Amino acid sequence: MTATLMMAAFFIPIGVVPLMWAARKVPDLRDGLMVVAGLLTFACVVGMVPAVAAGARPEVVFFHVFDGVPLAFKLEPLGLVYALVASGLWVPTSLYAFGYMRGHGETNQTRFFICFALAIFAALGIAMSANLFTLFTFYEVLTFSTYPLVTHAGNEDAKRAGRIYLGILVTTSVTMLLLAVMWTFVIAGTLDFTVGGILAGKVDGPVIPILLGLFAFGAGKAALMPFHRWLPNAMVAPTPVSALLHAVAVVKAGVFTILKVVIYIFGLDLLYTTGGSDILKWVAAGTILISSIVALRLDNFKARLAYSTISQLAYIVLGAMLVTPDAVVGASMHIAMHAMGKITLFFVAGACLVSVHKSKVSELNGLGRKMPVMFGAFTVAAFSIIGLPPGGGSWSKWFMALGSTTQPSDYPFVFVYMLSSLLAIGYLMPIVARAFFLPEKVDHGHDAHHDAHHDEGHHAEVEPSIEDPSLVPILPIGESIRETHLLMLGPIVLTAAGCVALFLLAPQLEAFLRPIVGGAP
Amino acid sequence: MNAHLPAIQVVLPLLAAPVCVLLQNRKVVGVWATLVAWASFAIAITMLVHTMEHGTISYALGGWESPLGIELRVDVANAFLATIVTGIASMVLPYGPGSATLAIPEDKQYLFYTAFLLCMTGLLGMSVTGDAFNVFVFVEITSLSSYTLIALGKGRRALTAAFSYLVMGTIGGTFILLAIGLCYQMTGTLNMADMALRLQPVMGTRTVLVAFGFFVVGASIKLAVFPLHQWMPNAYTHAPSVVSAFLSATATKVSYFVLVRVVFTIFGAAYVFGTVHFEWLLMPLSIAAMFVGSIAAMYQTHIKRLLAYSSMAQIGYMTLGLSMNSVEGLTGGLVHLFNHGLMKGGLFLVVANITFRLNSSKIEDMAGLARKMPWTSLAFAIGGLSLIGVPGTAGFISKWYLVQGALVKGQVWLALLILMSSLLAVGYVWKVIEVMLLKPPTDRVENTKPAPLSMIWPVWVMIGSTVVFGLWTTWTGTVAEVAAETLMGLR
Amino acid sequence: MNAVAGLWVYAVVIVLMMIGLYTVISRDNLVKKIMGLNIFQVSVIMFYVALGKVDGGTAPIFKATHGEHLDTEVVFSNPLPHVLMLTAIVVGIATTALGLALVVRIQEAYGTVEEDELVRIDQEGGA
Repeated sequence: MTATLMMAAFFIPIGVVPLMWAARKVPDLRDGLMVVAGLLTFACVVGMVPAVAAGARPEVVFFHVFDGVPLAFKLEPLGLVYALVASGLWVPTSLYAFGYMRGHGETNQTRFFICFALAIFAALGIAMSANLFTLFTFYEVLTFSTYPLVTHAGNEDAKRAGRIYLGILVTTSVTMLLLAVMWTFVIAGTLDFTVGGILAGKVDGPVIPILLGLFAFGAGKAALMPFHRWLPNAMVAPTPVSALLHAVAVVKAGVFTILKVVIYIFGLDLLYTTGGSDILKWVAAGTILISSIVALRLDNFKARLAYSTISQLAYIVLGAMLVTPDAVVGASMHIAMHAMGKITLFFVAGACLVSVHKSKVSELNGLGRKMPVMFGAFTVAAFSIIGLPPGGGSWSKWFMALGSTTQPSDYPFVFVYMLSSLLAIGYLMPIVARAFFLPEKVDHGHDAHHDAHHDEGHHAEVEPSIEDPSLVPILPIGESIRETHLLMLGPIVLTAAGCVALFLLAPQLEAFLRPIVGGAP
Repeated sequence: MNAHLPAIQVVLPLLAAPVCVLLQNRKVVGVWATLVAWASFAIAITMLVHTMEHGTISYALGGWESPLGIELRVDVANAFLATIVTGIASMVLPYGPGSATLAIPEDKQYLFYTAFLLCMTGLLGMSVTGDAFNVFVFVEITSLSSYTLIALGKGRRALTAAFSYLVMGTIGGTFILLAIGLCYQMTGTLNMADMALRLQPVMGTRTVLVAFGFFVVGASIKLAVFPLHQWMPNAYTHAPSVVSAFLSATATKVSYFVLVRVVFTIFGAAYVFGTVHFEWLLMPLSIAAMFVGSIAAMYQTHIKRLLAYSSMAQIGYMTLGLSMNSVEGLTGGLVHLFNHGLMKGGLFLVVANITFRLNSSKIEDMAGLARKMPWTSLAFAIGGLSLIGVPGTAGFISKWYLVQGALVKGQVWLALLILMSSLLAVGYVWKVIEVMLLKPPTDRVENTKPAPLSMIWPVWVMIGSTVVFGLWTTWTGTVAEVAAETLMGLR
Repeated sequence: MNAVAGLWVYAVVIVLMMIGLYTVISRDNLVKKIMGLNIFQVSVIMFYVALGKVDGGTAPIFKATHGEHLDTEVVFSNPLPHVLMLTAIVVGIATTALGLALVVRIQEAYGTVEEDELVRIDQEGGA
């Protein structure tokens, strides 16, 4: 039964693609199909939760590609959390994308939504993969299916960003991740994700940190410095792409890979006893701090969020590299926490762009008074990213910090976590403060527009396309309040509520994830 | 019946070729040639199944037993190769307007099919024969017909390309002939298996070394091993696209097989790698080919030339697999022989579609093509991904075996080099995809229509099979592994 | 001395071969290239013919009469290389014919058969 649900969740996103292609002439039907598919997929994934919580590990083997290397799927709690996040945020993002894409008058919408569905398909494939080969396969599918999304605008900036995107992701995945996968196969003779790891007793000495390094840097989607530059560059994509893919599916695929490798390939014991992850701890810590500081200085809204994402991803990597049960569980929780928070922030950034044509932090003055609901949601999500109640992020950070107190040599990382929270306050709270407490700069309108056009290169995004009032039914609550399109506001409120819900559900989530570190010290 | 299959395999296209001349009518000849190719394909598959189950088939031509008579000897490796040749032929021949890309009037086009079938005869002959002199004869049959086929391309440069191939090819063929002569001088036999036995006592002599040298250089010219590849880019660029598709997928592959036979069957791995250290020559050249070919491909403005240089790089992978002298490496080489045949054949057919509609093979003329010819462009993208070696495509399977081969020997640097060179493929493939996907369409593209169905389905059969064989490896990986073990004498 | 004298055939083969190769490489005229190729092939044919020769051997024709066993005292030359060369000669003729046919077509298309001029025309004419 669970296996059936798993396959349903896997095949629905790709099954809907031909239907969407067939309905390409009828946008409403096409978009409706995608929402239905999203809901069905999410329902299937949710349906598996009780069984997996009860200890079931449904497994489906398609066929053997090489001797001992099947294309196979197996669900465990960590994968289910990632699948929940990817499929659960698909629907709100779809709704948001309809408002955004239509409001923005984008072309090639069918191609866009088809690639979108393919990317979700790939993300679910990654989440449910039973071995490294399957994971790597879908990892690459994800890379290539998101390329048309990143370059959607089709102009020179998009092309350049696309090259960097593909260049870094493919380079890292092929030269390092694939090498690491094959090396593992040669050493261990299997690639299956196994509780307790498959490398224990088969490697020692410097091979451990080298192999782990190949995995960690090879999963370029995790944006560990110095392979992070694709992420800010990919922000030329339409905001729904940035929101779902570059805050949720793509980047989480990277950290998910690293977590999977640490837990099920190396095994926590092996890394803990040999200290094989010591160097990478510092790389991750450095990434957290450097990218936070960079984020402080950026004025472009989406770029700031992008660097914040890099920093938050490094949290998860650091959590994984600490290899203590608490830290690993915290890191796994953070996949969900950060996804929910960051998608809200991106939604808001996109809404600012589409409805009031603001793409810079410095232009947001007073907007909170015009759009209190939207910026209220923003504030909640920002709390979650910073790690303050009532945001879910406070729990995951708590566990990661707790995990760094197990051995004295890890104490510095407690401070890294705290310091980065302070920095997060530094780069997120000014946005809230400007929006709510500073007066609007009235004369800024058109010029600011123009600046954004030239400085940030979001050509396609700042086209003043919203002339048709029917597309922007701004809620007329009093003279001064002009919220954004309902199709965008709805998802924003929904995901912000999700942040609070995750805060309340965190103990359950933690209990759900505990089994993955069952055999740890 | 089964016992006669090796002979029928070669004789069928040989006899079918003159029939084309008798039939004359282009359409009838086209159907006839296709049927012959399909029949040959069926024979090849039957032989492959038979050899996988029952082992080698030996066939004495005219009832003269080897070593006196000519022996056709079909083991898994030979059958595998024959399957590739006939399989590609049966997909290329029905390709709708293939003849529309030729430079000869319609009433003479039966000659194209005649030359095509003769070329196939030669390739199949090289695949199944166990006799060294027979190899030479079939090499020349293949070469002569392929010079003709290349010269049929539109534009006068096809003629010069064919001429320089003729010069290079003849030198290569004559070198092989000389090598066979030297071996005969030392052993008094022409049967390859017998020759291998009788060479053992005289292995240390200089004559044997010289013979090996001539063999290697001769086969390498045909195979376009770097730096003996100069004939290839011109030949593939100016030949009719259908011919490029067929030759790139089969001719170089069969030459590779000849080289493999020379190394493992005639001289033996112990001599080639143990005494002569052939890998010291072949491995650097292979790596150089992988990089030089890919980098040269990045700078091409014509898509056919780009694919030709890419072929040069891909041949580098195959020879690298050979130079590893391990089952994994040779499996990688053989599997890549199959996979590359599929993807490069498919890609050249894609290009045939594009040039048929656009009348140009310049990359810049393909701006925005993804909108006008979506299925053809998608086929190019998938074929390109396979060249890169993205998992889920056939190219990945080859890369997997090659990298395994390097890692098993502990050569992490070699594994890294293989992977890095496959990154270069991203460079030249993406150069085309970017133009097709992101550039605004030119007038030429705006006024074009999608290719007709008769041109699309053979493309998709080939490109589709790169995906199928990227996931389902029973008939590629497993067979290639068995073939490699057979060649290395482990079975 | 005897060894050298016995090997003079090979010297001839090598000299012919080099003449052929040199002509192919150095001549710009395509017809001359074909002729060079021909000489090159002939050298190998001569090598084979020399292989089959056995000192004092006669033509390999068995003089067997009815009921008697073969006369093993007679020394024959080895006929096999000669037979092989029949094929090689055919291949050579085919190659030459095809090459010359191409040269004719090139003359028609370009108006010249000099390689340097062909290269120049191609470069000027672009693709």
